[in-house]
Amino acid sequence: MTSRKYRPLPELLRFRLRSFYREPEAVFWTYGFPILLTVLLGIAFRNRPPERIIVDIEAGPGAEAVRGALAAGSADGAFDVLINEAEVCRERLRLGKCAIVVSPATSEAPPAYHYDPTQPASAYARVRVDDALQRSAGRADPLAVRDAPVTEPGSRYIDFLIPGLLGMNLMGGGMWGIGYVTVDLRVRKLLKRLVATPMPRGHFLLSMVGGRMAFVVPEIVVILLAGVLLFGFPIRGGWVSIFVVAFCGAVCFAGVGLLVACRAERLETVAGLLNVVMMPMWLLSGLFFSTSHFPDVLQPLVQALPLTQLLNALRAVILEGGSVTSQTVPLLYLLALGGVCFCLALRWFRWT
Amino acid sequence: MDTTPAILCRDLSKRYRQRQQAPVDALRGLDLEVRPEECFGLLGPNGAGKTTTVEILEGILPPTSGTVEVLGRRWGHDDRALRQRLGISLQETRLADKLTAFETLCLFRSFYRDGSDPEEVLATVGLSDKRDSWVVNLSGGQRQRLAVGCALVGQPELLFLDEPTTGLDPQARRSVWEVIRGQRQRGCTIVLTTHYMDEAERLCDRVAVVDEGRVIALGTPAQLIALLGGDHVIEFTLDANGDAPASAADELRRMDGVRGARRTNNTITLTVAEVHAVLPAVLRRLEARGDRLAWLTTRHASLEDVFVNLTGRHLSNDQQEVPTTA
Repeated sequence: MTSRKYRPLPELLRFRLRSFYREPEAVFWTYGFPILLTVLLGIAFRNRPPERIIVDIEAGPGAEAVRGALAAGSADGAFDVLINEAEVCRERLRLGKCAIVVSPATSEAPPAYHYDPTQPASAYARVRVDDALQRSAGRADPLAVRDAPVTEPGSRYIDFLIPGLLGMNLMGGGMWGIGYVTVDLRVRKLLKRLVATPMPRGHFLLSMVGGRMAFVVPEIVVILLAGVLLFGFPIRGGWVSIFVVAFCGAVCFAGVGLLVACRAERLETVAGLLNVVMMPMWLLSGLFFSTSHFPDVLQPLVQALPLTQLLNALRAVILEGGSVTSQTVPLLYLLALGGVCFCLALRWFRWT
Repeated sequence: MDTTPAILCRDLSKRYRQRQQAPVDALRGLDLEVRPEECFGLLGPNGAGKTTTVEILEGILPPTSGTVEVLGRRWGHDDRALRQRLGISLQETRLADKLTAFETLCLFRSFYRDGSDPEEVLATVGLSDKRDSWVVNLSGGQRQRLAVGCALVGQPELLFLDEPTTGLDPQARRSVWEVIRGQRQRGCTIVLTTHYMDEAERLCDRVAVVDEGRVIALGTPAQLIALLGGDHVIEFTLDANGDAPASAADELRRMDGVRGARRTNNTITLTVAEVHAVLPAVLRRLEARGDRLAWLTTRHASLEDVFVNLTGRHLSNDQQEVPTTA
């Protein structure tokens, strides 16, 4: 016969890869979008100088004296002070344009602070303003202290965020990349056409997962490099360990994506299902803030989510330089979950 | 020649259950026997059960009841070995947009242990000059030929083509017909569904006319046309109102040499054996009645006439039901 032999799996894999890199939108959402997100979130949460405290003083005989006392009592000049009519001051406080309003002392009453104790910025302003005024009035601090500010790479919010974004991308890429594409092939009746051939069905599903694995490599490199170049993100772990952890996560979400898509007959259906499955993980898995914020009753659920396990492992390896073996349990959990989903998907898969 | 039928199915029925609706019986006891190396046509209007039938034969759809043997084997045991011997083109498959024609054939080739070189198949279906074009950039006819190519690439013994020319322009249809004829000459058994009677007449050795889930007539195109009693048709339209066309049809039906008469509004269709003998007599009779002709034509009878004669309806769904008086 001819040189082209019976070899379904490599051809199916090439089919997947070609369908991906020839689709500019797919490439953007997989690689361009996470970079964009990293940049935007990085800018939003970059380290800024300490915030200024905006103080309004009610106009009157004592107003200038209060302004002078505030300036004298704070060494770092943290206050932006405005003197306004009393009604204007209250209006600005109500709208959040200033954090606190000071009424100067009169012959009948001591100075008064108008602020909202339920607003952290307002409560903080009350403490700082009082501190400054008391010092100016002559209060001496009985205890001498020394400030030692820390803003090292590794402890910043962006450093917590980047492994989170990587994990989110591994999840989204796997779920959408496999779930959506599978249903699209079903809608086109291409799946039906494929099962009308002698193609081994398992090979088709393997090619979906395998193709996804190939897309993961540039994904990891792109996100981590963007973090390093733009924000000086510190990578403390070895690349091999990072790839091993990311692959385990990708396998898991490829399996979950395949299971979500195994029966859906319309693109709208699978889009809804994917969102339903991913939503709890976006919220609960410690993407943007630590899972320790959730109450104890939720913890079993939080810890059972595969994204939680993936993010813990990623942060341990990337930020703390942990080894793969230190993450054996979460990685085995991810692989097992992916494997179970794959087998169920193969069993329940709707081809026609 | 091998005497085992390529396809044998008995008393096939298929019931589709639908949510909150009465179940639909797509097939109601359909029997078929396809001989080796013949081109067999399933002819019928949309919704007759043609696609359901071929998908059951292809092992894609399970029948509700009945037996199916394909190349002497039944579905459900070592299906992949049987699939190695089949070539299938489904109705309305959208192949992957961003693969080239050649890559698409290579993909399908990889599923078969033995088969043709994808380059040769491209030449067979006349797409060699489109080798490196993405599927999304091919015309409808080219895509259809590529779909047929995907069915040929495993060098099948038995080829299923479900409406291979639906929606194509006449030239594109002819080029698909050429491909099918070529496979027929190679000794491939072909099962073809169509709702175009000219396609069935040109390509098929035998035709089963399917309607409402049953085979209502079976034979060579010539045999089926012979069922009409004559193989010529005289068709004319009367420039008249009221009862005139109906009474004219009744009167003409009783004339010598006229084998059948049908009326659709003002148009009367007569089936006759010998046009030259009957036509002058028909014209004289109409003149004597005082009916005036608006239009007249004669032609060979077609499978369309057979279908209308059997069911009282036209094959294509865009025509209204015929108020038959035959």
